[in-house]
Amino acid sequence: MAADNTYAPLEGGPNPAHNLADQGGQHPEQNLGQHLDQHPDQKPASLLNAAPRVINVGLELFALDLAANGAAVQHVQWAPPAHSNTRLLDLLSKLGC
Amino acid sequence: VLAIVRKIATANAEALRRMLAGDPVLIDVIPAHEAIAGLKAHRILHAGPPISWERMCGPMRGAVMGIAVFEGWADDLADAAVKAAAGAYIFEPNHHYDAVGPMTGMTTPSQPLLVVENRAFANRAYCTINEGLGKVMRFGGNDAEVLARLAWLRDCLGPALGRALKEVGGIALKPLVARGLTMGDEMHQRNVACSGLLLRQLAPALARTANDTKTLAQCLDFIGQNDQFFLNVAMAMGKAISDAARGIEGCSIVTAMSRNGTEFGIHVSGTGNRWFTAPVEMPRGLYFPGYTEKDANPDMGDSAIVETVGLGGFAMAAAPAVVGFVGGGPASQAATFTRSMMEITTANNPVWTIPSLDYAGVPTGIDIRFVVETGIAPTINTGIAHREPGVGQVGAGVVNAPLSCFETALVAFAETMGVA
Repeated sequence: MAADNTYAPLEGGPNPAHNLADQGGQHPEQNLGQHLDQHPDQKPASLLNAAPRVINVGLELFALDLAANGAAVQHVQWAPPAHSNTRLLDLLSKLGC
Repeated sequence: VLAIVRKIATANAEALRRMLAGDPVLIDVIPAHEAIAGLKAHRILHAGPPISWERMCGPMRGAVMGIAVFEGWADDLADAAVKAAAGAYIFEPNHHYDAVGPMTGMTTPSQPLLVVENRAFANRAYCTINEGLGKVMRFGGNDAEVLARLAWLRDCLGPALGRALKEVGGIALKPLVARGLTMGDEMHQRNVACSGLLLRQLAPALARTANDTKTLAQCLDFIGQNDQFFLNVAMAMGKAISDAARGIEGCSIVTAMSRNGTEFGIHVSGTGNRWFTAPVEMPRGLYFPGYTEKDANPDMGDSAIVETVGLGGFAMAAAPAVVGFVGGGPASQAATFTRSMMEITTANNPVWTIPSLDYAGVPTGIDIRFVVETGIAPTINTGIAHREPGVGQVGAGVVNAPLSCFETALVAFAETMGVA
Protein backbone atom coordinates (compact mmCIF):
# COMPACT_ATOMS: atom_id res chain seq x y z
CA MET A 1 0.00 0.00 0.00
CA ALA A 2 1.35 3.38 -0.83
CA ALA A 3 1.80 5.15 2.42
CA ASP A 4 -0.44 7.98 3.45
CA ASN A 5 1.53 8.89 6.48
CA THR A 6 -1.03 11.29 7.85
CA TYR A 7 -3.51 8.48 8.33
CA ALA A 8 -3.59 7.57 11.97
CA PRO A 9 -6.75 5.92 13.24
CA LEU A 10 -7.27 5.55 16.94
CA GLU A 11 -7.45 1.79 17.01
CA GLY A 12 -5.55 -0.80 15.08
CA GLY A 13 -4.25 1.78 12.68
CA PRO A 14 -1.12 1.53 10.61
CA ASN A 15 0.91 3.44 13.09
CA PRO A 16 1.29 2.13 16.63
CA ALA A 17 -0.88 4.06 19.01
CA HIS A 18 -0.36 3.85 22.70
CA ASN A 19 -2.62 4.12 25.72
CA LEU A 20 -0.08 5.64 27.99
CA ALA A 21 -2.58 6.33 30.71
CA ASP A 22 -3.15 2.62 31.23
CA GLN A 23 0.54 1.93 31.38
CA GLY A 24 1.61 4.77 33.60
CA GLY A 25 3.80 5.96 30.78
CA GLN A 26 6.11 3.03 31.29
CA HIS A 27 5.60 1.07 28.11
CA PRO A 28 5.25 2.94 24.85
CA GLU A 29 4.26 -0.20 22.96
CA GLN A 30 0.97 -0.75 24.72
CA ASN A 31 -2.48 -0.56 23.24
CA LEU A 32 -4.27 2.61 23.73
CA GLY A 33 -7.52 4.26 23.29
CA GLN A 34 -9.54 2.39 25.87
CA HIS A 35 -10.38 5.52 27.86
CA LEU A 36 -11.60 7.25 24.74
CA ASP A 37 -13.80 4.31 23.93
CA GLN A 38 -15.28 4.26 27.38
CA HIS A 39 -17.19 7.51 26.82
CA PRO A 40 -19.13 7.05 23.61
CA ASP A 41 -22.14 9.04 24.78
CA GLN A 42 -20.42 12.15 26.00
CA LYS A 43 -21.28 15.34 24.21
CA PRO A 44 -18.82 18.10 23.23
CA ALA A 45 -19.87 20.18 26.20
CA SER A 46 -18.36 17.56 28.44
CA LEU A 47 -14.94 18.72 27.28
CA LEU A 48 -15.36 21.64 29.66
CA ASN A 49 -16.42 19.77 32.74
CA ALA A 50 -14.70 16.40 32.37
CA ALA A 51 -11.14 15.26 32.62
CA PRO A 52 -9.14 15.92 29.46
CA ARG A 53 -8.87 13.18 26.87
CA VAL A 54 -6.03 13.78 24.45
CA ILE A 55 -4.87 12.63 21.05
CA ASN A 56 -1.17 13.34 20.75
CA VAL A 57 0.42 13.32 17.31
CA GLY A 58 4.15 13.15 16.77
CA LEU A 59 6.42 13.84 19.73
CA GLU A 60 5.73 11.11 22.24
CA LEU A 61 7.25 13.05 25.13
CA PHE A 62 4.10 15.17 25.44
CA ALA A 63 1.96 12.06 25.70
CA LEU A 64 4.25 10.53 28.30
CA ASP A 65 4.02 13.64 30.46
CA LEU A 66 0.23 13.70 30.25
CA ALA A 67 0.00 10.01 31.03
CA ALA A 68 2.31 10.43 34.00
CA ASN A 69 -0.25 12.92 35.35
CA GLY A 70 -3.14 10.54 34.89
CA ALA A 71 -4.62 11.86 31.66
CA ALA A 72 -6.11 9.55 29.05
CA VAL A 73 -3.86 9.84 26.02
CA GLN A 74 -4.00 8.31 22.58
CA HIS A 75 -0.58 8.65 21.04
CA VAL A 76 -0.20 8.49 17.27
CA GLN A 77 3.23 7.77 15.86
CA TRP A 78 3.88 10.26 13.10
CA ALA A 79 6.83 12.06 11.64
CA PRO A 80 7.21 14.49 8.76
CA PRO A 81 7.93 12.71 5.46
CA ALA A 82 11.58 11.61 5.32
CA HIS A 83 12.00 13.50 8.58
CA SER A 84 12.07 16.68 6.45
CA ASN A 85 15.42 15.73 4.91
CA THR A 86 15.29 17.90 1.78
CA ARG A 87 17.66 15.76 -0.25
CA LEU A 88 15.69 12.60 0.47
CA LEU A 89 12.40 14.39 -0.20
CA ASP A 90 13.73 15.53 -3.57
CA LEU A 91 14.80 11.98 -4.46
CA LEU A 92 11.49 10.55 -3.30
CA SER A 93 9.57 12.97 -5.50
CA LYS A 94 11.69 11.93 -8.50
CA LEU A 95 11.14 8.26 -7.65
CA GLY A 96 7.38 8.50 -7.53
CA CYS A 97 6.58 9.23 -3.89
CA VAL B 1 9.86 11.51 -13.98
CA LEU B 2 6.77 9.75 -15.26
CA ALA B 3 8.90 7.26 -17.21
CA ILE B 4 10.93 6.53 -14.09
CA VAL B 5 7.82 6.04 -12.00
CA ARG B 6 6.41 3.63 -14.58
CA LYS B 7 9.67 1.71 -14.72
CA ILE B 8 9.75 1.32 -10.95
CA ALA B 9 6.10 0.28 -10.87
CA THR B 10 6.71 -2.37 -13.54
CA ALA B 11 9.86 -3.64 -11.85
CA ASN B 12 8.22 -3.80 -8.43
CA ALA B 13 5.21 -5.62 -9.84
CA GLU B 14 7.56 -8.22 -11.31
CA ALA B 15 9.36 -8.61 -7.98
CA LEU B 16 6.05 -9.10 -6.22
CA ARG B 17 4.92 -11.56 -8.85
CA ARG B 18 8.05 -13.63 -8.26
CA MET B 19 7.80 -13.47 -4.46
CA LEU B 20 4.14 -14.47 -4.45
CA ALA B 21 4.60 -17.16 -7.09
CA GLY B 22 7.37 -18.87 -5.14
CA ASP B 23 6.89 -22.59 -4.58
CA PRO B 24 9.36 -23.52 -1.83
CA VAL B 25 9.78 -27.22 -1.09
CA LEU B 26 11.98 -28.73 1.62
CA ILE B 27 13.69 -31.46 -0.38
CA ASP B 28 16.77 -32.69 1.45
CA VAL B 29 19.40 -32.35 4.14
CA ILE B 30 22.98 -32.63 2.91
CA PRO B 31 26.45 -31.67 4.18
CA ALA B 32 27.32 -28.03 3.54
CA HIS B 33 30.39 -28.94 1.47
CA GLU B 34 28.07 -30.78 -0.94
CA ALA B 35 25.45 -28.02 -1.00
CA ILE B 36 27.72 -25.03 -1.41
CA ALA B 37 30.46 -25.09 -4.00
CA GLY B 38 33.47 -23.25 -2.70
CA LEU B 39 32.83 -23.89 0.97
CA LYS B 40 36.29 -25.30 1.69
CA ALA B 41 38.34 -25.80 4.83
CA HIS B 42 38.93 -22.75 7.02
CA ARG B 43 36.09 -20.85 5.38
CA ILE B 44 33.36 -19.78 7.81
CA LEU B 45 30.06 -18.32 6.66
CA HIS B 46 28.32 -16.05 9.15
CA ALA B 47 25.11 -14.07 9.56
CA GLY B 48 24.73 -10.54 8.33
CA PRO B 49 26.80 -8.32 6.07
CA PRO B 50 30.59 -8.85 5.79
CA ILE B 51 32.59 -8.46 8.99
CA SER B 52 36.14 -9.04 10.16
CA TRP B 53 37.20 -10.87 13.33
CA GLU B 54 38.27 -7.56 14.87
CA ARG B 55 34.77 -6.09 14.57
CA MET B 56 32.78 -9.19 15.58
CA CYS B 57 30.66 -9.05 18.73
CA GLY B 58 31.19 -11.47 21.65
CA PRO B 59 28.73 -14.22 20.71
CA MET B 60 29.86 -14.16 17.07
CA ARG B 61 33.46 -14.66 18.22
CA GLY B 62 32.32 -17.38 20.58
CA ALA B 63 30.60 -19.22 17.77
CA VAL B 64 33.61 -18.84 15.46
CA MET B 65 35.86 -20.34 18.13
CA GLY B 66 33.47 -23.20 18.73
CA ILE B 67 32.90 -24.06 15.09
CA ALA B 68 36.66 -23.98 14.41
CA VAL B 69 37.16 -26.60 17.12
CA PHE B 70 34.17 -28.59 15.79
CA GLU B 71 35.67 -28.65 12.28
CA GLY B 72 39.09 -29.63 13.62
CA TRP B 73 40.68 -26.34 12.58
CA ALA B 74 41.82 -25.55 16.14
CA ASP B 75 42.93 -27.55 19.17
CA ASP B 76 40.71 -25.67 21.61
CA LEU B 77 38.79 -22.41 21.95
CA ALA B 78 41.86 -20.36 22.89
CA ASP B 79 43.77 -21.74 19.93
CA ALA B 80 40.84 -20.91 17.69
CA ALA B 81 40.81 -17.30 18.90
CA VAL B 82 44.53 -16.94 18.23
CA LYS B 83 44.17 -18.40 14.76
CA ALA B 84 41.13 -16.26 13.96
CA ALA B 85 43.01 -13.12 14.97
CA ALA B 86 45.97 -14.23 12.86
CA GLY B 87 43.77 -14.52 9.77
CA ALA B 88 43.66 -18.32 9.57
CA TYR B 89 39.95 -18.31 8.72
CA ILE B 90 38.09 -16.69 5.86
CA PHE B 91 34.83 -15.02 6.91
CA GLU B 92 32.02 -14.46 4.43
CA PRO B 93 28.27 -13.84 4.70
CA ASN B 94 25.87 -16.75 4.26
CA HIS B 95 23.92 -14.58 1.84
CA HIS B 96 26.83 -14.70 -0.63
CA TYR B 97 26.34 -18.48 -0.90
CA ASP B 98 22.55 -18.86 -1.22
CA ALA B 99 22.43 -19.57 2.51
CA VAL B 100 21.13 -18.09 5.73
CA GLY B 101 21.84 -18.85 9.38
CA PRO B 102 20.10 -17.82 12.60
CA MET B 103 21.82 -15.46 15.07
CA THR B 104 25.59 -16.04 14.66
CA GLY B 105 24.73 -18.11 11.60
CA MET B 106 27.79 -20.35 11.49
CA THR B 107 27.94 -22.45 8.31
CA THR B 108 30.96 -24.67 7.73
CA PRO B 109 31.70 -27.66 5.48
CA SER B 110 30.65 -30.58 7.66
CA GLN B 111 27.40 -29.17 9.01
CA PRO B 112 24.17 -30.59 7.59
CA LEU B 113 22.06 -28.06 5.70
CA LEU B 114 18.34 -27.99 5.03
CA VAL B 115 17.78 -27.66 1.29
CA VAL B 116 14.76 -25.68 0.10
CA GLU B 117 14.08 -25.62 -3.61
CA ASN B 118 11.93 -22.89 -5.11
CA ARG B 119 10.31 -24.98 -7.83
CA ALA B 120 8.75 -21.99 -9.54
CA PHE B 121 12.14 -20.48 -10.32
CA ALA B 122 14.57 -23.43 -9.93
CA ASN B 123 16.73 -21.81 -7.27
CA ARG B 124 17.79 -23.33 -3.97
CA ALA B 125 18.57 -21.96 -0.52
CA TYR B 126 20.18 -23.50 2.54
CA CYS B 127 20.13 -23.25 6.32
CA THR B 128 21.56 -25.26 9.20
CA ILE B 129 19.29 -27.35 11.45
CA ASN B 130 17.86 -25.63 14.54
CA GLU B 131 19.78 -26.69 17.66
CA GLY B 132 17.06 -25.94 20.23
CA LEU B 133 16.99 -23.25 22.90
CA GLY B 134 19.43 -22.11 25.58
CA LYS B 135 23.16 -22.67 25.29
CA VAL B 136 23.57 -23.29 21.56
CA MET B 137 26.08 -22.17 18.95
CA ARG B 138 23.77 -19.77 17.20
CA PHE B 139 23.67 -17.73 20.42
CA GLY B 140 27.44 -17.96 20.90
CA GLY B 141 27.56 -21.16 22.96
CA ASN B 142 30.67 -23.24 22.34
CA ASP B 143 31.30 -25.75 25.13
CA ALA B 144 31.49 -29.56 24.88
CA GLU B 145 27.72 -29.95 25.19
CA VAL B 146 27.16 -27.57 22.28
CA LEU B 147 29.74 -29.30 20.08
CA ALA B 148 28.38 -32.75 20.96
CA ARG B 149 24.91 -31.66 19.84
CA LEU B 150 26.33 -30.37 16.56
CA ALA B 151 28.04 -33.72 16.04
CA TRP B 152 24.75 -35.55 16.62
CA LEU B 153 22.99 -33.27 14.14
CA ARG B 154 25.75 -34.04 11.62
CA ASP B 155 25.91 -37.78 12.20
CA CYS B 156 22.32 -38.74 13.09
CA LEU B 157 19.53 -36.21 12.59
CA GLY B 158 20.82 -34.66 9.38
CA PRO B 159 21.15 -37.96 7.50
CA ALA B 160 17.83 -39.20 8.94
CA LEU B 161 16.01 -36.08 7.74
CA GLY B 162 17.66 -36.37 4.34
CA ARG B 163 16.49 -39.96 3.92
CA ALA B 164 12.96 -39.15 5.03
CA LEU B 165 12.63 -36.08 2.81
CA LYS B 166 13.83 -37.97 -0.23
CA GLU B 167 11.45 -40.80 0.54
CA VAL B 168 8.41 -38.47 0.58
CA GLY B 169 9.60 -36.43 -2.38
CA GLY B 170 9.93 -33.26 -0.36
CA ILE B 171 7.48 -31.24 1.71
CA ALA B 172 5.72 -28.24 0.18
CA LEU B 173 6.18 -25.31 2.53
CA LYS B 174 3.77 -22.71 1.20
CA PRO B 175 0.62 -24.55 2.33
CA LEU B 176 2.27 -25.60 5.56
CA VAL B 177 3.08 -21.99 6.46
CA ALA B 178 -0.43 -20.91 5.43
CA ARG B 179 -1.82 -23.36 7.93
CA GLY B 180 0.67 -22.36 10.59
CA LEU B 181 -0.47 -18.75 10.33
CA THR B 182 -4.00 -19.86 11.15
CA MET B 183 -2.66 -21.75 14.18
CA GLY B 184 -0.85 -18.85 15.83
CA ASP B 185 2.65 -18.96 14.31
CA GLU B 186 4.45 -15.97 12.82
CA MET B 187 7.45 -18.13 11.85
CA HIS B 188 10.14 -16.22 13.71
CA GLN B 189 9.67 -16.38 17.47
CA ARG B 190 6.67 -18.74 17.34
CA ASN B 191 7.01 -21.91 15.30
CA VAL B 192 5.18 -24.36 17.52
CA ALA B 193 2.41 -25.10 15.02
CA CYS B 194 4.61 -25.47 11.96
CA SER B 195 7.15 -27.56 13.86
CA GLY B 196 4.32 -29.93 14.79
CA LEU B 197 2.86 -29.95 11.30
CA LEU B 198 6.26 -30.71 9.81
CA LEU B 199 6.89 -33.52 12.28
CA ARG B 200 3.46 -34.96 11.54
CA GLN B 201 4.38 -35.21 7.87
CA LEU B 202 7.91 -36.42 8.44
CA ALA B 203 7.45 -38.94 11.24
CA PRO B 204 6.20 -41.88 9.14
CA ALA B 205 9.00 -41.43 6.63
CA LEU B 206 11.55 -41.07 9.42
CA ALA B 207 10.31 -44.39 10.78
CA ARG B 208 10.29 -46.14 7.38
CA THR B 209 13.86 -45.03 6.61
CA ALA B 210 15.36 -45.38 10.11
CA ASN B 211 18.46 -47.48 10.64
CA ASP B 212 17.58 -48.28 14.26
CA THR B 213 14.78 -47.50 16.66
CA LYS B 214 17.02 -45.82 19.23
CA THR B 215 18.18 -43.16 16.78
CA LEU B 216 14.64 -42.82 15.44
CA ALA B 217 13.35 -42.14 18.94
CA GLN B 218 16.10 -39.59 19.52
CA CYS B 219 15.23 -37.81 16.27
CA LEU B 220 11.50 -37.71 17.04
CA ASP B 221 12.20 -36.55 20.57
CA PHE B 222 14.58 -33.79 19.43
CA ILE B 223 12.15 -32.36 16.90
CA GLY B 224 9.13 -32.82 19.13
CA GLN B 225 10.71 -30.96 22.04
CA ASN B 226 11.93 -28.02 19.97
CA ASP B 227 9.17 -25.47 19.35
CA GLN B 228 11.56 -23.50 17.15
CA PHE B 229 12.57 -26.42 14.94
CA PHE B 230 10.74 -24.95 11.97
CA LEU B 231 12.47 -21.56 12.19
CA ASN B 232 15.47 -22.67 10.15
CA VAL B 233 13.18 -24.25 7.56
CA ALA B 234 11.26 -20.97 7.33
CA MET B 235 14.53 -19.10 6.90
CA ALA B 236 15.71 -21.25 4.00
CA MET B 237 12.22 -20.88 2.55
CA GLY B 238 12.38 -17.08 2.87
CA LYS B 239 15.78 -17.02 1.20
CA ALA B 240 14.56 -19.20 -1.66
CA ILE B 241 11.55 -16.94 -2.18
CA SER B 242 13.33 -13.59 -1.97
CA ASP B 243 16.32 -14.64 -4.08
CA ALA B 244 13.99 -15.12 -7.03
CA ALA B 245 13.24 -11.39 -6.86
CA ARG B 246 16.88 -10.27 -6.92
CA GLY B 247 18.52 -8.18 -9.59
CA ILE B 248 15.48 -6.60 -11.24
CA GLU B 249 16.50 -3.28 -12.79
CA GLY B 250 14.48 -0.40 -11.42
CA CYS B 251 13.09 -2.39 -8.48
CA SER B 252 12.98 -0.73 -5.06
CA ILE B 253 11.93 -3.86 -3.15
CA VAL B 254 14.12 -5.24 -0.34
CA THR B 255 15.44 -8.76 -1.01
CA ALA B 256 17.34 -9.33 2.24
CA MET B 257 17.61 -7.92 5.77
CA SER B 258 20.36 -9.31 7.94
CA ARG B 259 22.48 -8.55 10.99
CA ASN B 260 25.91 -9.64 12.20
CA GLY B 261 25.63 -8.32 15.75
CA THR B 262 27.56 -5.18 14.79
CA GLU B 263 25.85 -3.96 11.64
CA PHE B 264 22.44 -4.31 10.03
CA GLY B 265 22.50 -4.76 6.26
CA ILE B 266 19.96 -4.84 3.46
CA HIS B 267 19.91 -5.83 -0.18
CA VAL B 268 17.60 -4.12 -2.67
CA SER B 269 16.58 -5.84 -5.88
CA GLY B 270 17.47 -2.91 -8.14
CA THR B 271 20.94 -2.49 -6.67
CA GLY B 272 21.92 -6.16 -6.85
CA ASN B 273 24.23 -7.63 -4.24
CA ARG B 274 25.43 -4.34 -2.77
CA TRP B 275 25.07 -4.14 1.01
CA PHE B 276 23.66 -1.04 2.65
CA THR B 277 24.58 -1.07 6.32
CA ALA B 278 24.05 0.83 9.55
CA PRO B 279 24.91 0.16 13.19
CA VAL B 280 22.63 -2.53 14.51
CA GLU B 281 20.06 -1.68 17.19
CA MET B 282 19.38 -3.25 20.58
CA PRO B 283 16.24 -5.40 20.88
CA ARG B 284 13.55 -4.35 23.36
CA GLY B 285 12.45 -7.51 25.02
CA LEU B 286 12.01 -9.84 27.93
CA TYR B 287 14.81 -11.72 29.60
CA PHE B 288 15.15 -15.17 31.05
CA PRO B 289 15.47 -15.33 34.87
CA GLY B 290 18.82 -14.04 36.02
CA TYR B 291 19.50 -11.85 32.99
CA THR B 292 18.86 -8.20 32.16
CA GLU B 293 19.37 -5.88 29.21
CA LYS B 294 22.89 -5.26 30.50
CA ASP B 295 23.69 -8.82 29.43
CA ALA B 296 22.23 -8.45 25.94
CA ASN B 297 24.07 -8.36 22.66
CA PRO B 298 22.74 -6.09 19.90
CA ASP B 299 20.56 -7.53 17.16
CA MET B 300 22.00 -10.44 15.17
CA GLY B 301 21.18 -13.09 12.57
CA ASP B 302 20.00 -13.79 9.02
CA SER B 303 16.57 -14.67 10.42
CA ALA B 304 15.11 -11.34 9.33
CA ILE B 305 14.76 -13.03 5.96
CA VAL B 306 11.37 -14.20 7.26
CA GLU B 307 10.27 -10.58 7.76
CA THR B 308 11.58 -9.87 4.25
CA VAL B 309 8.89 -12.20 2.88
CA GLY B 310 6.13 -10.96 5.19
CA LEU B 311 6.41 -13.24 8.22
CA GLY B 312 7.84 -12.73 11.73
CA GLY B 313 7.12 -9.23 13.01
CA PHE B 314 5.17 -8.49 9.83
CA ALA B 315 2.76 -11.35 10.63
CA MET B 316 2.46 -10.54 14.34
CA ALA B 317 -1.33 -10.34 14.02
CA ALA B 318 -1.37 -14.08 13.40
CA ALA B 319 0.47 -14.78 16.63
CA PRO B 320 -0.93 -12.77 19.54
CA ALA B 321 0.64 -15.23 21.95
CA VAL B 322 4.11 -14.20 20.84
CA VAL B 323 3.63 -10.50 21.53
CA GLY B 324 4.06 -10.96 25.25
CA PHE B 325 6.96 -13.38 24.79
CA VAL B 326 8.94 -10.80 22.85
CA GLY B 327 7.94 -7.95 25.16
CA GLY B 328 5.81 -6.25 22.52
CA GLY B 329 2.97 -5.35 24.86
CA PRO B 330 -0.48 -6.89 25.26
CA ALA B 331 -1.75 -9.50 22.82
CA SER B 332 -4.39 -7.05 21.64
CA GLN B 333 -1.60 -5.03 20.03
CA ALA B 334 -0.60 -7.83 17.65
CA ALA B 335 -2.61 -6.43 14.75
CA THR B 336 -1.08 -2.99 15.15
CA PHE B 337 2.37 -4.32 14.29
CA THR B 338 1.10 -5.98 11.12
CA ARG B 339 -0.97 -2.99 10.04
CA SER B 340 2.04 -0.75 10.57
CA MET B 341 4.09 -2.93 8.22
CA MET B 342 1.37 -2.55 5.59
CA GLU B 343 2.48 1.08 5.36
CA ILE B 344 5.89 0.13 3.99
CA THR B 345 5.03 -2.83 1.77
CA THR B 346 3.52 -3.13 -1.67
CA ALA B 347 1.11 -6.06 -1.45
CA ASN B 348 -0.65 -8.56 0.75
CA ASN B 349 0.11 -12.23 0.21
CA PRO B 350 -3.12 -13.88 -0.98
CA VAL B 351 -2.05 -17.32 0.26
CA TRP B 352 -0.53 -16.47 3.61
CA THR B 353 -3.50 -14.89 5.38
CA ILE B 354 -4.34 -13.93 8.95
CA PRO B 355 -7.74 -14.93 10.36
CA SER B 356 -7.90 -12.13 12.94
CA LEU B 357 -7.51 -9.55 10.15
CA ASP B 358 -10.46 -11.02 8.24
CA TYR B 359 -7.96 -13.09 6.25
CA ALA B 360 -5.92 -10.17 5.01
CA GLY B 361 -2.61 -11.39 3.61
CA VAL B 362 0.71 -10.77 5.31
CA PRO B 363 2.37 -7.51 4.20
CA THR B 364 4.89 -8.37 1.50
CA GLY B 365 7.50 -6.54 -0.52
CA ILE B 366 9.24 -3.87 1.56
CA ASP B 367 9.70 -0.76 -0.59
CA ILE B 368 12.65 1.37 0.50
CA ARG B 369 10.80 4.48 -0.73
CA PHE B 370 7.95 3.88 1.70
CA VAL B 371 10.33 3.21 4.60
CA VAL B 372 12.22 6.45 4.00
CA GLU B 373 9.09 8.50 3.37
CA THR B 374 7.16 7.32 6.44
CA GLY B 375 10.05 6.79 8.80
CA ILE B 376 8.45 3.48 9.74
CA ALA B 377 11.19 0.90 10.20
CA PRO B 378 10.59 -2.80 9.59
CA THR B 379 9.73 -4.61 12.83
CA ILE B 380 11.68 -7.79 13.49
CA ASN B 381 11.02 -10.40 16.15
CA THR B 382 14.24 -11.84 17.46
CA GLY B 383 16.08 -13.88 20.04
CA ILE B 384 18.59 -12.10 22.27
CA ALA B 385 22.09 -13.48 22.81
CA HIS B 386 24.35 -12.79 25.78
CA ARG B 387 26.99 -10.25 24.87
CA GLU B 388 29.82 -12.50 26.08
CA PRO B 389 31.05 -15.54 24.14
CA GLY B 390 29.93 -18.96 25.28
CA VAL B 391 26.81 -18.09 27.29
CA GLY B 392 23.91 -18.45 24.85
CA GLN B 393 20.36 -17.08 24.66
CA VAL B 394 19.17 -14.74 27.39
CA GLY B 395 15.84 -13.51 26.06
CA ALA B 396 13.64 -12.56 23.12
CA GLY B 397 12.44 -9.24 21.82
CA VAL B 398 11.44 -6.87 19.07
CA VAL B 399 13.88 -4.72 17.17
CA ASN B 400 13.58 -2.13 14.44
CA ALA B 401 15.73 -2.06 11.35
CA PRO B 402 17.85 1.12 11.39
CA LEU B 403 16.41 3.71 9.00
CA SER B 404 19.76 5.00 7.84
CA CYS B 405 20.57 1.91 5.76
CA PHE B 406 17.30 2.42 3.87
CA GLU B 407 18.21 6.08 3.31
CA THR B 408 21.62 5.10 1.97
CA ALA B 409 19.98 2.50 -0.24
CA LEU B 410 17.52 5.08 -1.55
CA VAL B 411 20.34 7.38 -2.65
CA ALA B 412 22.12 4.49 -4.39
CA PHE B 413 18.88 3.34 -5.99
CA ALA B 414 18.22 6.87 -7.25
CA GLU B 415 21.69 6.84 -8.83
CA THR B 416 20.84 3.66 -10.72
CA MET B 417 17.72 5.45 -11.99
CA GLY B 418 19.74 8.48 -13.05
CA VAL B 419 18.02 10.93 -10.72
CA ALA B 420 20.48 11.34 -7.84
